[in-house]
Amino acid sequence: MSEAVAHDIHDDHGHGPEKGLMRWVYTTNHKDIGTLYLLFSLAMFIFGGAMAMIIRAELFQPGMQLVDPHFFNQMTTMHALIMVFGAVMPAFVGLANWLIPMMIGAPDMALPRMNNWSFWILPFAFALMSATLFMEGGAPAAGWTMYAPLVLQTGDAFPFLIFAIHLLGISSVMGAINIIATIMNMRAPGMTLMKMPLFVWTWFITAYLLIAVMPVFAGAVTMLLTDKFFGTAFFSAAGGGDPVLYQHIFWFFGHPEVYIMILPAFGIISAIIPTFARKPLFGYSSMVYATASIAFLSFVVWAHHMFTVGMPLAGELFFMYATMMIAVPTGVKIFNWVSTMWKGAMTFETPMLFALAFVVLFTIGGFSGLMLAITPVDFQYHDTYFVVAHFHYVLVTGAVYSIIAAAYYWMPKWTGHMYNETAGKIHFWWSTISVNVLFFPQHFLGLAGMPRRIPDYSVQFADWNMVSSIGGFAFGLAQIYFCWIVYKTIKGGEKATDQVWEGATGLEFENLPSPVPYHSFTTAPQIR
Amino acid sequence: MGKMAHAHSDDSYYVPHGTKWPIIGSIGLTTAAAGFSNYLNGHNAGFTVMFGGLLIITYMMYRWFGQVIQESEDGYYNDQVDVSFRMGMGWFIFSEVMFFAAFFGALFYARALSLPWLLGEGDGVLTNIYLWPLFDEGWPSNGPADLGGDFQTIPAWGLPAINTLVLLASGVTVTFAHWALKKDNRKGLIAWLTATIILGYFFVYLQATEYLHAYNDLNLTMESGIYGSTFFMLTGFHGFHVTMGATMLLVILVRAIKGHFTSQKHFAFEGVAWYWHFVDVVWLGLFIFVYWI
Ligand code: HEM
Ligand SMILES: [Cu+2]
Repeated sequence: MSEAVAHDIHDDHGHGPEKGLMRWVYTTNHKDIGTLYLLFSLAMFIFGGAMAMIIRAELFQPGMQLVDPHFFNQMTTMHALIMVFGAVMPAFVGLANWLIPMMIGAPDMALPRMNNWSFWILPFAFALMSATLFMEGGAPAAGWTMYAPLVLQTGDAFPFLIFAIHLLGISSVMGAINIIATIMNMRAPGMTLMKMPLFVWTWFITAYLLIAVMPVFAGAVTMLLTDKFFGTAFFSAAGGGDPVLYQHIFWFFGHPEVYIMILPAFGIISAIIPTFARKPLFGYSSMVYATASIAFLSFVVWAHHMFTVGMPLAGELFFMYATMMIAVPTGVKIFNWVSTMWKGAMTFETPMLFALAFVVLFTIGGFSGLMLAITPVDFQYHDTYFVVAHFHYVLVTGAVYSIIAAAYYWMPKWTGHMYNETAGKIHFWWSTISVNVLFFPQHFLGLAGMPRRIPDYSVQFADWNMVSSIGGFAFGLAQIYFCWIVYKTIKGGEKATDQVWEGATGLEFENLPSPVPYHSFTTAPQIR
Repeated sequence: MGKMAHAHSDDSYYVPHGTKWPIIGSIGLTTAAAGFSNYLNGHNAGFTVMFGGLLIITYMMYRWFGQVIQESEDGYYNDQVDVSFRMGMGWFIFSEVMFFAAFFGALFYARALSLPWLLGEGDGVLTNIYLWPLFDEGWPSNGPADLGGDFQTIPAWGLPAINTLVLLASGVTVTFAHWALKKDNRKGLIAWLTATIILGYFFVYLQATEYLHAYNDLNLTMESGIYGSTFFMLTGFHGFHVTMGATMLLVILVRAIKGHFTSQKHFAFEGVAWYWHFVDVVWLGLFIFVYWI
């Protein structure tokens, strides 16, 4: 069927997909691999979300109700690891796979076999990591940051955790190399760098971040492994090492990592807003430069996570100012999005709603970030729920919202079906109200002094915790509803037009039918 | 909606259809990881399992690279594919550089910051007085608890200097091999490649004797505090990379003998040569910062 449509605007002479289950295991097709990534990410999102529900259920009231403290800590640790490495990052890589070749007019990714491996490492890595839930001593429970020496007390789970991270690193680095090679080498003639859609640009820069920091992370956890099993003393003061050294290496990875999770989101928002404002993006080149400066600065701010460990004053000051400087290019972006909408002919379909919510709510997260960046006040906020509120605003209403927006925006292109607009709007309002009920009170809790990563708390925190938990359950349920919407859209629904959205631009909307044929741009398109 | 124009369809990019090697690789990696984990947790059978996993990985690599080599020989790869491979190898090497950077970072941090603090520098005065009052030795150090007991270090101008010469010489010989290949001088290529490989493995051999000397005579072990940690992890990972590099060169040698490569197209050779120069440069860093100063 797709072949017939395809011949309208594209002479597809490639092979169709193979039949049966093995299609998905052996595939080298960027669209198949993109789909695998996205579905895997959705599954992990639900898995990690279930853990979040356990956390919020325990915190519904003060006192110990449901789980014992050790299991609670396992939940916070595994929730974060799964969401970061299993849900958010693979979702972006899935989008990269689906979109980058189509956006630059390439027949596929540059290294298709390696692309398959990048994906197929993930389920195995998470099998190793999840299996630890059933091991002696339980799953890792020292937090996703895995600080030494606490993490060295992990039971049998410990080596599995380390090796799972090594595998995730291999997968990410291979994925990133593939994306760089694709963008540098596979652009259609005429697709100059400064003509590339911003999603391609942001992923291009993200890929460099990945290649630069994932190996450092692998090094850090390798040191943990040898400290535990082979007698090294990297993080032991007794041997002349330093536990703080671990934090430096971890956050040298960790801070660029949070930008790895937000730069592609910037690209998505920069695609969606112009479409529904029916105006070209305001300040394209400044967006490119802002992205590059954010990426550059992200390497020199890591110790803002460590203001309270006892760094020399010069360090505290440097990292404070450097961190605040990131707000400048980030502000440029927000300004450009708002300017794009200025006097635009706007409509508010679901992707646009999520994009708009992104702009507002991500900015709230950015502001709390700025507060945290001020060293003296971070002494109060550090390791409280204020930090939890901050990073959930940037990650859930930031990264995750952009992924949901992207799903609504491009799903018609991928499947050939429109999602149900009413259902999409219900999903949006349900999510957006509940997510604020969930995370906004956590600012109050943090400012009032509630520490993060604890299963029980003093009664003064009871009210807002209950509110937050109610928001949490509602938000969780809304995402089950989202899964249902996705399922219905894959299965059927109103037929999407080739352009899908009235104001949509770009090769994938203007030069390819909906659904996209299995092979697209086997001959390069003409770029105007 | 846009109309398509057709450009260079006769010279299209090679996109393989289906591959089973990645999934086999994943199974291998997971088996090895699970086996080794179990071994570390005290189950000796895990070692065998790990070994099985490594065998699977080796088999996978053999077959996967074998397939790529075959396709290359059959002329499936145009210049654009060649560029993709180059970029892949280049950025892979960069990721390796960053892996070593983590360990160099640990070394610099320990030497420049954490050790001086333990010795009472800056606001570490009271730490030193109350916690480690007798601790007054700088680098090389195994820390205030004297972990692993007294040890001696390996002087830079003995074996390490010879090793530097060996590796630098191998960097020269691999370049001679490249020049020979570019001049279609097959004999020269094979001879210089062989020399490079011998130098490579000779380096590994010398490293091994150095390790034995350290463990047997100097009491310098992995357990010798931060000095032993950084020393063995940096030189150990480097030695591992030299072994891998020399093995890759060996594959190239076999291919050269089989008549693969032309004076124009020989990316596999170049990629491995880049890798070889990379281990060379890392070694220079090691020589300077680990052995010498
Ligand atoms: C304006 C930009 C931002 C600034 C100034 C900023 C600043 C900070 C600071 C100072 C902390 C440490 C707080 C503490 O532990 O006491 C922090 C934590 C965190 N931030 Fe941000 N941030 C910004 C944007 C982002 C973005 C875009 C993300 C991710 C998408 C992010 C994710 C996180 C996470 C995950 C943590 C907590 C890590 C942990 O301790 O587990 N931040 N941020
Ligand atoms: Cu940060």
